[in-house]
Amino acid sequence: MSARLGLTTSFPIGSDADLAWARHQVRRAAAGLGFGLVEQTKLLTAASELARNTLVHGGGGRMELTVLDDGQARGLRLSCIDEGPGIRDIDLAMTDGYTTGGGLGLGLSGAKRLVQEFTLDSRPGQGTTVTVTQWLSALPVPRSGVL
Amino acid sequence: MTLRPAVSVPVLELGDVLLVTLREAPYDGAAEQLQDDLAHRIARRPVTGVVIDISAVEIVDSFLGRVLAEIAAGAHLMAARTVVTGMRPAVAITLVELGLILPGLRTALDVDSALALLGAASPARSPHPQEGVSCLPGSA
Amino acid sequence: MSERNAAHELATRQVGAFLARRREQLAQRWADVPLFRTVFTLSRDEAVEASKAVVDALAAVASSGRPEDVAAAGFGAVRDQLGRMAASRARSGSSPARIAEEVAALRSPATELLLAEFSDPSEPQARESVLALTVLMGTLRLVVMETALNAGEDLIARQREQLLEVATPVIRLWDGVVAVPLIGTLDSARSQVVMESLLETIVAQRARYAILDITGVPTVDSLVAQHLMKTVAAAQLMGAECILSGIRPAIAQTIVHLGIDLGPVTTRAGLADALAYALGRLGIEVSPRTTAAVRR
Repeated sequence: MSARLGLTTSFPIGSDADLAWARHQVRRAAAGLGFGLVEQTKLLTAASELARNTLVHGGGGRMELTVLDDGQARGLRLSCIDEGPGIRDIDLAMTDGYTTGGGLGLGLSGAKRLVQEFTLDSRPGQGTTVTVTQWLSALPVPRSGVL
Repeated sequence: MTLRPAVSVPVLELGDVLLVTLREAPYDGAAEQLQDDLAHRIARRPVTGVVIDISAVEIVDSFLGRVLAEIAAGAHLMAARTVVTGMRPAVAITLVELGLILPGLRTALDVDSALALLGAASPARSPHPQEGVSCLPGSA
Repeated sequence: MSERNAAHELATRQVGAFLARRREQLAQRWADVPLFRTVFTLSRDEAVEASKAVVDALAAVASSGRPEDVAAAGFGAVRDQLGRMAASRARSGSSPARIAEEVAALRSPATELLLAEFSDPSEPQARESVLALTVLMGTLRLVVMETALNAGEDLIARQREQLLEVATPVIRLWDGVVAVPLIGTLDSARSQVVMESLLETIVAQRARYAILDITGVPTVDSLVAQHLMKTVAAAQLMGAECILSGIRPAIAQTIVHLGIDLGPVTTRAGLADALAYALGRLGIEVSPRTTAAVRR
C-alpha cells in the first residue's frame, strides 16, 4: 500500500509523464484500499481528467492524495491544485461539451459524474483547486440523481 | 517519414488492414503521434480498415476518447473503417458514466471479430457492425 | 460536589469488589434468567460459565472506576459473547426491545445479593452501592444493544451481497449468446451488479449477443431504467449487442412517461424472440427436422 491513513502524498503535474505517474499512484492507493475494479477505474479516470485540466488549463500544478477514515468508512481524496489563471465562469466550465482546450468538454463535468463528492474552488487569477472523494463500501453505492 | 519518439505506438500492417495494439494508457503525446502516423500510412497506401486493440488499456479518459474518435473520423475521410476492440468492462462502464459519446466508432469483442467485420480475415463469420455508439441514456 | 463524586466512586469500587466476591452466587442466579437460560439450552453449566464471564467483565469495569463508559476495556472480553447471545435471541424471534428487557432483568438478582451484604439496606452506603450497580447494569445493556446492532448490520450486509450475487445468474444460451433473466424488484445496487456480471460474462464467453430479460420484473424506476440503458451502451462499447426482452406494458408506460428513448436499443417481446433474433444475426437457422435429416 502506497498511501497510509491520514497521510497526504503530493506529486507534481507538469508533463505527460507526470500524468502517467499520477494515475499509477492513484491506482495503487485505490487498489490498496480495496476498491473494486470498476470503482478503481472510475476514480482513475476522474483523476486523469482533473490532472490533465491542471496541466492544460492551470499551466501545471500538483496532485494530493489522502487516505480517509471517518470511523464508518474508508475513502480516498484527490486534489488537483494549480496557480493558473483560474476559472472565470464555473457554471459554464461545468457544462457538458464546453471546452477551451480542444477536448470533448467532458473533463470537469465527466469527472464529477464518476465520483461521490466533488468540489471546485477557483477565482480568476488565483488558481484552481478541484477535490474529489470516493468512499469505500462493501456494497455498490446507490447514488442519487442522474448517473 | 515522421520522426517518432521512443514511446510511440507500433502499427502492424496486415494486408490492407492496420493493426494497432495500445499498451496501458499511452502518453498524450504518443496518442497524438499515433493519430498522425495512421493518417500518413493511410495516405501512402490503400488501407481499408484500422483495428485498434485496447484490451490492455486500463483507462480511457476524454482525451484518449477524442483521439480514438478523431482517428476514426480521419480514416473515414480516406475510405477506411476503424474498429476498436477489446474494451474492458470497467472501462466501458466508466465511459458511459463519463458521458463519452464516440459516434461513428465501430467496436468488436476481439481482433478476430474486428478482422471478420472488416472482411479481411478468412473465418466465415457474418459481420456484426455495432455502429454509432452514441448511447447516453436520454441523449440519443 | 466532589465529596458526592468521591462517595459515588467509592461505591462503584465496592460494587466491583462485591461482584468479584459473589461471582459464583451471582452466576448461578443469572444462569436461570431468560437471557442465559434460553441461549444455553443444552447445558446449565455453560450458562453459568457465560454468566461468570459477564460478572468478571462488570467487576473489571467497576474497578476501573468508569461504570458509565460503554467503551471500557473490561467489556472487550465479553463483547463477542454478548453479541452471539443477542444474535441467538434475535434469530429465535426476539425483538431488540425484548432483548433489552432480558438484559435489564439481570439487575434484580444482582441488587438482591448486593443488599444482602448490608445489615441495614436503607443506610446511605447501601443506597449509593445500588445506584452504582444500576449505572453499571445500564451500561451493560447499552453494550449488548450496540453489539447486537453491529452484528445485525454485518449480517444484513453479508446476506444482501450474497443475495445480489445469487439473484443475478448470467447464463449461456448458445455459443456467443448469453442472457440474464431478471426476476423481482430491481434496485440501483442490483442493477449495478447485473451490469457488471453481464459485461464480465460477455468477455469470458466471447458473447456477441447479451439478452436482458425483464419479464419477471414488476416495475422499474427512472434510475433502474437508466442503469439498463447504460448496460446496453457499455456492452455496445465492448463490441456486443444487448437485447432487451420481456418489457411488460406497465414498464413500457413508465419508460414512456420518464421520457427515456429506447430508440437505439434492440427490444423483443420475450426471451425466445430475443434468442431467435441473436441466432438469426449469427447466421444460425433453427428449423424443424426434415425427413431426410431424421433418417440420417
